[in-house]
Amino acid sequence: MAKLHFERPIIKKLNVGISNKFGSKTEFEPITEIDGVDIKELIVKYGSPLFIISEKTIRETYREAKQTFESRFPKVQFAWSYKTNYLDAVCKVFHQEGSWAEVVSRFEYEKALENGMPGNKIIFNGPDKTEDDLKIAIENESYIHIDHFDELYSIMNLSEHLKKKPKVAIRVNMDTGVYPMWDRFGFNYENGEAWEAINKILMNDKLELVGLHTHIGTFMLSANAYHIAASKLADLAYHIKKKYNHTIQYIDMGGGFASKNTLKGAYLSGLDTSPTFNDYAEAISSALLNSEIPPDSLPMLILETGRALIDDAGSLAGSVIAIKKLSDGRRSTIVDFGVNILFTSFWYEHKVTPAQGFTQYSETSSMYGPLCMNIDVIRETITLPPLKKGDNLVVSRIGAYNMTQWMQFITLRPKVVMIDLNGTTHIIRNNESLKDVKGLESVPEHLKKISK
Amino acid sequence: MEKKKITIAATGLNNIDNPGPGVPFIRGVRESKEFDSRIIGLAYENLEPGIYMHNLIDKSYQIPYPSSGSDVLLRRIEYINKIEKIDVLIPNFDAELYTFMKSSDKLKEMGISTFLPTLEQFEERHKSVLPEFGKKYDIKVPGSKTIFSEREIPDLVNEYKYPMLVKGKYYDAYVAYTPEQVRMYMNKISSKWGLPIIIQEFVVGTEVNVVALGDGNGITIGAVPMRKQYITDKGKAWAGITLDDTNLLEITNKIISKTKWRGGMELEMIKTNEDDYYLIEINPRLPAWVYLSVGAGQNLPEALVKLALGEKVEPMTKYKNGTLFIRYSYDLICDISEFEKLTLNGEL
Amino acid sequence: MKINKKIAVSESGFVFDSSTGDSFSVNPLGIEIIGMVRDNKTEDDIRKILSEKYEVSVPVLEKSLSDFIGSLRSAKIIED
Repeated sequence: MAKLHFERPIIKKLNVGISNKFGSKTEFEPITEIDGVDIKELIVKYGSPLFIISEKTIRETYREAKQTFESRFPKVQFAWSYKTNYLDAVCKVFHQEGSWAEVVSRFEYEKALENGMPGNKIIFNGPDKTEDDLKIAIENESYIHIDHFDELYSIMNLSEHLKKKPKVAIRVNMDTGVYPMWDRFGFNYENGEAWEAINKILMNDKLELVGLHTHIGTFMLSANAYHIAASKLADLAYHIKKKYNHTIQYIDMGGGFASKNTLKGAYLSGLDTSPTFNDYAEAISSALLNSEIPPDSLPMLILETGRALIDDAGSLAGSVIAIKKLSDGRRSTIVDFGVNILFTSFWYEHKVTPAQGFTQYSETSSMYGPLCMNIDVIRETITLPPLKKGDNLVVSRIGAYNMTQWMQFITLRPKVVMIDLNGTTHIIRNNESLKDVKGLESVPEHLKKISK
Repeated sequence: MEKKKITIAATGLNNIDNPGPGVPFIRGVRESKEFDSRIIGLAYENLEPGIYMHNLIDKSYQIPYPSSGSDVLLRRIEYINKIEKIDVLIPNFDAELYTFMKSSDKLKEMGISTFLPTLEQFEERHKSVLPEFGKKYDIKVPGSKTIFSEREIPDLVNEYKYPMLVKGKYYDAYVAYTPEQVRMYMNKISSKWGLPIIIQEFVVGTEVNVVALGDGNGITIGAVPMRKQYITDKGKAWAGITLDDTNLLEITNKIISKTKWRGGMELEMIKTNEDDYYLIEINPRLPAWVYLSVGAGQNLPEALVKLALGEKVEPMTKYKNGTLFIRYSYDLICDISEFEKLTLNGEL
Repeated sequence: MKINKKIAVSESGFVFDSSTGDSFSVNPLGIEIIGMVRDNKTEDDIRKILSEKYEVSVPVLEKSLSDFIGSLRSAKIIED
């Protein structure tokens, strides 16, 4: 006779008032596959933990966003935010879909060039661009988004020795009714600094002012803030036209769209509260269309949204290492993925789902990563079915920032695979080896031997 | 007249020392001369007293907390609806309204009617944007400021005098006399309801309240003003009395007609010694003392159900002044097997 | 191992301690194990029975069982 499925025996005290969801039933279904590919088979083949990226989800999400904006505004261009996820395979999917590149360092800039982006489809943002970076960007006809006056003067200076006229935009920060205000990047709108920078550029003929850029914050839960920001940039564009008879080619609204993750401390689920592409598109396009810019000279709208385009496409599969009881009787579940590779655990209540079937019973525990460090907490509390060593889990919506902000700390980073549109799996970044890490090190001669 | 048979589901069965409006709402519906209703209780926690009041509630089901997301909630309601065929669902908690409003189309597809404020009405009456609300609709409101971090506390004194009110996004309000107390209440509130925290200017006067119902087209279907006679240590009314205050009714009508308010509401106002009225808060649902309106001659729960069913409701303008409510507690007796059934099966 | 006399266990997995007023919920395998303890089986007996009946490795079974019995002890459902 076949043996029965084993579910760890559990007992749970029924606390008055805080009974679990409904009766004892857990509230979701297991995730056993992604795009038809079995999670357990992936783990057997590629190891645990494992980052899994769905090409299908990237393309679908991108197309949804693009269509949503294009149905409201005549000229729309997306620029893939490299810092959100700069694995080449991921960038290439976005570039195939028609996205430009948005980079904030020389490293990212060169990655974009190597990914086949022509210079005039790269937007170079950020406060740190060296003279050499600027020179290369000018020669490649990339769009340089100026962050501060020091940079503005450097570019003016450089332009005297270069044949090409730099194409620039200025980054503008402003009060959009969302606080704390992001005022450390760019020139301020309210105190007139942005207008001053514009005047400096347009009063002499050294630089070509092609665009206006803003990036009002991150994980913005208010679509209306974009409405305010777009109105302010449109106002600047209108005044530039009026004073200099100069037409701004594009308005770049930056990124910051929230994904469907739930922020720590939020009461309601991100699935319900995060604005949709529709909400953001409506806020931005209505501001631009209702501005004083005449319809025949409407600028192109550039969007640098990263998180909202890639978060859903990434999942992290992992395994349970141990189930422990803490000193006060609370449970803890130790898993093989920690904050070293799941950096976003610091601000999200990540959705963690078992990768195998389960019954209606559940228990509450803390979820800790494998690092021998107290900060390695994936979830302070999470209610899951009774898990046992070796069970697999899937963390959903982790495509943004984790594969760029991860750390080679204590242990080596795992593989990243991409499931293509046919359901074939490709390794797009191999796991690190001791050799990879040690390869960069060297030991002085006198330390080579440890015994005399 | 033959009474119409309908099935009504309601939440907020926590008739405890800080009561939810579910049980008083159901009492109102039970007294309807037009409906013969089957009442389905929807409970979040297993000791909500309403669950065990079998004379008022025919059957209760546990439902997932709003924080688990609307998908999970809808799946549960779908299950309940298969058994019960719900005609009208009336949510009674602030924290769940957003989720129910977002789901109202899907509920409608299941054949369940609601009568809730629009998302816009709900958002613009938030405590954190009360100053904008006051400006837009020309209603006096106390100054208030939304804060996200403890670092903002020291500067508060530049804006308002102490004491000031420290409020949560959904619930809880405390009077703080020092920056230290602001910090303490901020932590207390944010650990439960998250950020931001609202700091409000403390207006001196008498608190007066109105329970009202808007038809969504600017008409006030009913409104009853009340002053709390005695307040529990949780700041809730222990006793209250209906008032003959035409100013208050005028302000209520103004708010409902300008916002085209849809559904039940409770206005919390401060009447100063100079007879100025300051709007403190709009709760976007009927309050726990709604049964006073029934007692004073306006069955607002019944009217709300009729609006949800799409029936025409004539505005009610009369009520009996000087009607009192005195809240009391009452010990229900039940066997542990009832608790067992509810806890393990999620229904009773 | 003995089950506390004041403990009532229902088939649905509801455990009620009439001496303290505490109540607990237990999953099916938990009920099965409590039943075996009631029938005076030792931890060894229980382990043997379960390992024949369920698809589970020895270390996981041993750990899960001793963990569960530990929980029953700390909840005073099992007395020694």
